[in-house]
Amino acid sequence: MTEQDALFDYCLRIGDSSLIIGHRLSEWCGHGPILEEDIAIINVSLDLVGQARSVLDYAGKIEGKGRSEDDLAYLRDVAFYRNHLICEQPNGDYGRTIVRQFLFDSFHYLFLNELVNSKDDFFSGYAEKSLKEVIYHMQHSTKWMLRMGDGTEESHRRVQEPLNDLWRFTGEFFAVNEVDKILISNGIAVDLNKIKPKWKQYVREIIEDATLTLPTNDWEQLGGKEGRHTEHLGFILAEMQFLPRAYPDATW
Amino acid sequence: MANENWPLWEVFIRSRQGLNHKHVGSLRAADQEMAIENARDVYTRRSEGVSIWVVLSANVHASNPSDKGPMFDPAEDKVYRHPTFYDIPDEIGHM
Repeated sequence: MTEQDALFDYCLRIGDSSLIIGHRLSEWCGHGPILEEDIAIINVSLDLVGQARSVLDYAGKIEGKGRSEDDLAYLRDVAFYRNHLICEQPNGDYGRTIVRQFLFDSFHYLFLNELVNSKDDFFSGYAEKSLKEVIYHMQHSTKWMLRMGDGTEESHRRVQEPLNDLWRFTGEFFAVNEVDKILISNGIAVDLNKIKPKWKQYVREIIEDATLTLPTNDWEQLGGKEGRHTEHLGFILAEMQFLPRAYPDATW
Repeated sequence: MANENWPLWEVFIRSRQGLNHKHVGSLRAADQEMAIENARDVYTRRSEGVSIWVVLSANVHASNPSDKGPMFDPAEDKVYRHPTFYDIPDEIGHM
């Protein structure tokens, strides 16, 4: 694998994760539990899709085959997506969506906080700009974890169950493959081992404050970074890609 | 419990150029912290503001619409309270 291949793959990992979880959140549009929260979660969704656009645009330039951000988002199939598996997991009820978002946001924040120091100018600038948005995402999902975990018996159950269920996808945040190895050696990529203890500590603190129980199951479901996805991604792409595939020259 | 509404809050936003906070609308939130966050999401998405106040609607005391006559009508025939009777020198321009 050349450095260029690794860089392209790394862009996809970052961009696809934001795109897919952003798309998932967009499914709440008009269906939020209350109007205020409907708007809040769609703001988060738009932030993430916006971030995905700029990374995928950069990915196309790195690849050098003339593919645009839209080509990459709409014309790649499942096996070519590099997002974390947790991003494609279904919304379920609002409790489940918040747990998924909390686990992702807390990782995303720590990741960008390191990416700021990347020797790649695009990544450092991208991280700095995105951090402002992601700090707010993390505050938002963290507060809901606390409210629901430490709320009623029903709200507690509705976050504890998805927490137990989604926990197996969190190991992938820190899984290192060849892409990381190549890009860490030249100071471009984030050393995931460095942020792992910080993430564990933050998540453990919030889970305890929320009177929830930290899952003990350490099985790690991996694969997203290599394009091996759960059955859910295909359905997302079918919906997301329908229009540009059916009407290739459509503009809006 | 599930069907109980959260309290209503009145939202005031100070815009970039504006000096005072202006009433922009209302929303529901469980407490003041959530009210500020919801106000940020609902009312400042298009960069409308640089500062937010929220006030529990229950704490707003309003004049009674049926008292409108005695409250406000007497001011209507007291035109001398408006500063419209002064000649403004041309060099002052717009005031």
